[in-house]
Formats: sequence, structure tokens, C-alpha cells
Amino acid sequence: MSDLFQDYSEAAGRTGAYDEMFAPGQQARKSYGQVAVALRELSLADVSARADSMARTFLDRGVTFDFAGEERPFPLDIVPRVIPADEWSVLERGVAQRVRALEAFLNDVYDKMTVVSDGVIPRQLVTTSAHFHRQVHGFEPAGGVRVHISGIDVVRDAAGTFRVLEDNVRVPSGVSYVLENRRAMAKGLPEAFGQQLIRPVEEYPRRLLSALRKTAPSGVDDPTVVVLTPGVFNSAYFEHTLLAGLMGVELVEGRDLICRGNRVYMRTTAGEQRVDVIYKRIDDEFLDPLQFRADSMLGCPGLVNAARAGGVTIANAVGNGVADDKLVYSYVPDLIRYYLNEEPLIANVDTFRLEEKEAREHVLDRLDELVVKPVDGSGGKGLVIGPDASRDELDALRKRIIADPRGWIAQPVLQLSTVPTLSGDKFGPRHVDLRPFAVNDGEDVWVLPGGLTRVALKEGSLIVNSSQGGGSKDTWVLADSPQVPVEVIPRPTIAVRERVSVWPVESNWRDSQKEQQQQQISDAQEVTANA
Amino acid sequence: MLSRIAESLFWIGRYVERADGTARILDVHLERLNHLPMEEQRSVAQELLAVMGARAQNEDFGLPELLNALAYDKQSATSIAGSLGAARENARRARETVSSGLWESLNTTYYGLNQHRKDVVGTYRFCNWVLERTAMVSGLADTTVSHDESWQFLVLGRSLERADMTARMLSTRDVLSAGMSWVNMLRCAGAYESFLRTRRAAFGDQHAAEFLLLDRLFPRSIVYALRDADECLAKLDPSAQRVGFINDARRIVGQARTFLEFHRTDDLMSELPEHMERVQKAVSQASDAISRKYFNQADELAWVGEVS
Repeated sequence: MSDLFQDYSEAAGRTGAYDEMFAPGQQARKSYGQVAVALRELSLADVSARADSMARTFLDRGVTFDFAGEERPFPLDIVPRVIPADEWSVLERGVAQRVRALEAFLNDVYDKMTVVSDGVIPRQLVTTSAHFHRQVHGFEPAGGVRVHISGIDVVRDAAGTFRVLEDNVRVPSGVSYVLENRRAMAKGLPEAFGQQLIRPVEEYPRRLLSALRKTAPSGVDDPTVVVLTPGVFNSAYFEHTLLAGLMGVELVEGRDLICRGNRVYMRTTAGEQRVDVIYKRIDDEFLDPLQFRADSMLGCPGLVNAARAGGVTIANAVGNGVADDKLVYSYVPDLIRYYLNEEPLIANVDTFRLEEKEAREHVLDRLDELVVKPVDGSGGKGLVIGPDASRDELDALRKRIIADPRGWIAQPVLQLSTVPTLSGDKFGPRHVDLRPFAVNDGEDVWVLPGGLTRVALKEGSLIVNSSQGGGSKDTWVLADSPQVPVEVIPRPTIAVRERVSVWPVESNWRDSQKEQQQQQISDAQEVTANA
Repeated sequence: MLSRIAESLFWIGRYVERADGTARILDVHLERLNHLPMEEQRSVAQELLAVMGARAQNEDFGLPELLNALAYDKQSATSIAGSLGAARENARRARETVSSGLWESLNTTYYGLNQHRKDVVGTYRFCNWVLERTAMVSGLADTTVSHDESWQFLVLGRSLERADMTARMLSTRDVLSAGMSWVNMLRCAGAYESFLRTRRAAFGDQHAAEFLLLDRLFPRSIVYALRDADECLAKLDPSAQRVGFINDARRIVGQARTFLEFHRTDDLMSELPEHMERVQKAVSQASDAISRKYFNQADELAWVGEVS
């Protein structure tokens, strides 16, 4: 190993976490073989030059997220995160299973609530969720799908087992970085791609578009899909533009849409054009001022009624937030058993439900050892890590938990797995999570091979969110065998088509003759001038 | 204007466009090429070189040799460095006619050719740099050269070369038949986003090839480029005739374009190689015809020693 990895094993030992790249004793794991070889041959100067150029590419291409009104590039680390084929196949099936269960749960919750009457989950828990929207109760959305796009956050605990940390079935973001990271890595660390088969990610936009089109209201031959963005100041605006661009559809804001007669139209230069599917990238609360916040400037009045009447498909469906409520999360294994009659393939992280008196007392006694999260938060907002918190913070937290036990859950502090990450002049272990993305077209749940690996860039930090100093890594899923069909299609032989007239690359004989003559003439003139 | 100057301008147009197209093709295909196993890499490198119009010297021709042959080899008219060197050489011979802006940007480009690392990562940057420089050259030419006869020659060269380059981009499909070849084809031409916007959900080889071949509004499509060339030729020789054409170049370009535009087919993909052959032949014939009509004086004056 080069000196870039000098103190690595020591630092990795300190964290007590599972390291993705090295087994104990600084032995690179098999899946990382190629990456280790590639990195070994690079010097510090090479690595930092490449990291710089990758960062510059990101800035040039506008791969940014908006933080406090400022565009920032999303830091991409040069060491990829590699997932071997066998581990991925479990993850893939586990994620799809979860999505199917959540889909069934949402259909049930906004309909007969058999899950409650069968005693799997308390009614109160569902109805007190901040994202349980009665406005969309009692109808099946056009196309029949509620969770078109989901991002299931997965982490690896100290033993190396994958566990689900949270579900995102409202507006999961980050897939644009998956696409951009791959492009940047192909140019930044080409050596590591080498001979191994890495499953491509570039088909995501097409998969997404075909799923969206497939779930259009029935009776529409050639559905028009749009992406609905809150606008240029949204933190994920780059992603909205990228996805709309790669799908070749319009990116609309609320003011571009109008609802009339339970149909949705967009204003175009050619008059109003019917919209059939809306890929919604704004929060439910802002979607429809008639139903939710009346002061919203971002939505379009009438959308929810249009969806109810079956005139438009909204993806993801309104009201999905009840399924990624963190308290509902603790019931998801039960939901999987209830709806699918299967055992969960990926376990949850152990979770204390603070509503239950015993659990609450237990947690309140050990606040300094646990992670406490608000149930409806995202992006790491409001989260308190016990061991890192001050006494005052813990006291404040205690008061808030007692005041609103429904609003919080507690989990043990997980030592997320680590991957080598460039920091200053060497690689150090940094904690990562993984967000695989799944696309559901109603028949099949497709999981994008890979997903977004976020990394906490600060040593020892466990918070990977981009708004709190996180970066990302390209995520490689290895293919176990060449997937290309064995049959080889005969290729037409390629005829060499020689270049025509190449004047004057090589000076021909006449040119060289001329050159000599021209020189002679000027020499002669000089002589005469001197004479 | 002097025939010699006209010829220089014509070739500036061609060489700058050639450098631009080669850089695009190289940039996109390098990414794929890099992922292939060594053995396959070698054969694909040789095939790619063949598409670009050169022949590998020996069996060992692999990725590093490909980079040299397409990017850095100053002796070859196929390479980026060679094309840009030749464009600059042409500009030097017509220096009093071209604007100083055009000359300086070509000259600066020429001196910048050596300042790049010649490995894979360096080549990505080199390609990007070339794209920027060629865009700058065309931009400066557009805004600082009057759009008179000399301009027409410049654009004529550019349009013909562009048709030729797009034909080659389409041919790269044969080289890497695995994977998403049509995306690469479109990326080469910088047409990916435009294509997606016009075609909505219709993906695939067929549509991509159709777009690059026949689209009437995308500037790098073959039909568009040939139409440009046709317009230039019409402006250079405005003598309107009631019947027929005496101008060979116009006849060739017009025939090639209308053949594409009005051809009806059920299976474009299987006919593609034939179309490409036709387009490239037309471009080289048109180029010859233009030389004969406008540039060809030197040969008649050349002395040939009597062979006894």
C-alpha cells in the first residue's frame, strides 16, 4: 500500500466500525481488489490533481445543491464504494420487498384500514401522523401506484449486516448525483474500472419515464409527463432539471399549470396542453392551496381534485408521508409479514417507540447513549446524537420528549460502516450510508443497481447529510457474470475510409521546393542590400 | 479573391471541424474503451481508428497508440493535433485575409497543443480543451470575418466536414455494438438533450440514427450540414440557370441530400452503412469538384521534367 494509506488501519480500528474496503489486517476485500491496485499506483499529487479536477467538473456542470441560498458543489470522493454481486442481490430484493409492503400499506390506510382492524398497527398512530392526509382518503390514484419512486436508506452496522435506517416515499432526492458521479468517476479514476463488470446506472431516467407513462390515467394514448419543481431556489433544483432533461419532458412550476374540469393543462406557446402525469417534486403541503396550505405559491389549485377524479396521475401520490413516518417505520417488518406473508430480508435498526411508557422511561434514563430523531424529519434535521450532545441539549430534549412522545423515536448509536476517503493528504475511514432507489411501475419494482452513498467528511462524524457537511461516493455494483447474452451478433466488418486530401499537413515535394526557393530569394536580397 | 486564399479558408473550415468532431468522438468512446478487457480493447481501438479513416500500423495497436493517433500525432491529418496544426498553417498562408481574431485563436491553439498529459485522464481534459478552442475559433470567425465570399468558403468547408464527421459518428455504432450505443452516438454529436426533447419516449438505435441523419433542424445532422453546403455553393455561384447545373459540386451535394431526405425506408439500420458510404463519397467528390472549379490552377502550371 502506498503511504496514502499509512495510518489507515489504526484509524479504522479506533472507529470500531465495519470497513468496506479492508478486512482486519489491512487486507483489501475481494470486491475492492481492482480499486486497491489502481490507488496503489497513484501518488498524492495524482490523487489530489484528480480530486480537484473532479470538483471543478462538478462546478462547471452545475452539479450543486442549494444551501442557505448558495449553490454548492456536492463533494464527490475519489474512492468508490463497491458492493459485490451477492450482497447486492439481497439488498435489491429487500428493497423491492419493502416498497411492495409500503405500497400495500398506503392503499390500505387510505381505504378500509384492515391493517388497523386486524390489530397490526394502532389506529391512533396512523391518524396522528403529520402526513396522514384525509384529503386523499377513499380513492385509488389513477394508474394504481402510490410509491412510484422511493429511496430506502440502508446502513451497515459494526457486524457488517445491512439494516434499513429509514424509508423515503415522498420525494426522495439524490439520484442525479448517482448519474453524475458515475460520469465523473469514469474520467477521474479510469484505471479502477479496468476489467471488472460494473453495472450501469444510466438507464434510470428511461426506466423512470416508462414507469411514469405506464401509470398514466387510463385512456390516454401518448401521455404527457412533466416534472413539477418548486423553482430555482429549491435545494434539489439541479436534480429536477437533470431528470426532466434526461427524460426529455417539460420542467414546470406551479404557475405553469392550470386545472379545469378536473384536468390539468400547461400553458405553452401553442396554447394549453393537457398534462397526464406529474412527477411531483414539491411537498404535499404546498401542492394544492385549495386543500393544503392556502398561502402556497408553488402549487396549483385543483390538483388534488383532478387526481381524485382520475384526470391526472401524481407521482409520488399525495399522502405518502404516513408510510415514512419514523414510528410507522418501526412497524414495517410487521407490515411485510402482514401484507406479503414474507419475512423481511433486511432488518430494521432497533427502535424504541417513546409512546410506550416502559420504553420511554428506559430511554429517558439513557438519553446520552442513544440517537433520538423526530418522526417526520428528513435531512438529519432535529436529530440528537446522545454521546455528542451537551447536558443542556439533553435536558431540552428530555422536556420535548415528555411533552410530545408521539413525535420522537430513539435508536442505539450505530457505528456506520466506513470507506477510505481522501482528507487532506491521506485516506482516512469515514462513515457512509446507502440510498438505493426503486422505481415501481405497478407490475414490477426495479432497483437501480447502486444508489447514492453519502459520506460524512468529518472524522468520526455519523451525519452524512449534504446540508451538514456530507459528501458522496460513486457506488459500484459488480456483476457476477457478464450479463451480455452469450450469442454474439456478427458485426459488419469495418472498411477503412481513408482521409481525403490532407494538404498541407505534410509538405509535399512542391512545397518543400518552394520553401527552399523562397528562402534563397530572401537571402539573395539580403546580399544585394549589403553589397 | 485569390484561389489560393479561398483554398486556405476552405481547409481551415474543414480542419477545425475535423478536430472538433474527432475530440467529441474520442471523449465519448474513451469512456467505454477504458472499461473493456485488454484483448477487446485492442480490437476496438483498431476499429475505431478505421472508422476515423486510418489504418493501424501493427498488431500491438492499443489504447495508448489510439490516443496518439487520434489526439496527439502532429504528422497525421486524422488526429486533432494534426488538424489544428494544418488549420493554423492554412491561416498563416492567408494571414492577410483572415481577421486577426481568427488567426490569433488558431495560433494560440496550436501552441497549446503540447501542454497536456497524454494519458487517459489527460486526454479527457485535452478533448474538452479542444472543444472550447474550436468553438472559440468558429465564434470569432463568425463575428470578425465579413460574410462575403471568403466566409462562404470557410462555411462550405465546415459543412462538408461536418457531414463527413457525423457519418463517422454514426459508424462508431458498429464498433461498440454492446451497451447503449445510440446514447454514445448522440453524445458524440452533442445531440443527446436535443434528441430527448424532440423524441420524448421514442428511444433506440433507429430513432437516434434517424435524428443524426435526417433531422432538418439539428445543425450537426447530415441533412442540415449538406443543406448548409448547398446554400454556400449557391451563394458562391449565383448564376441562375433555367435548366440543370453546370456546377458539379452543387449537383453532388444536392443529390446526396435529396437522396437522404426523400428516401423511404422500412429498415434504416440495415441500410445505414450504405448511406454512410454514400455520404462520405459525396463529400469527397464534392470537395474534389470544388477544388477543380475554384482552386485548381497550380497543377496546370507545374513543370514536369521530361522523362527520357
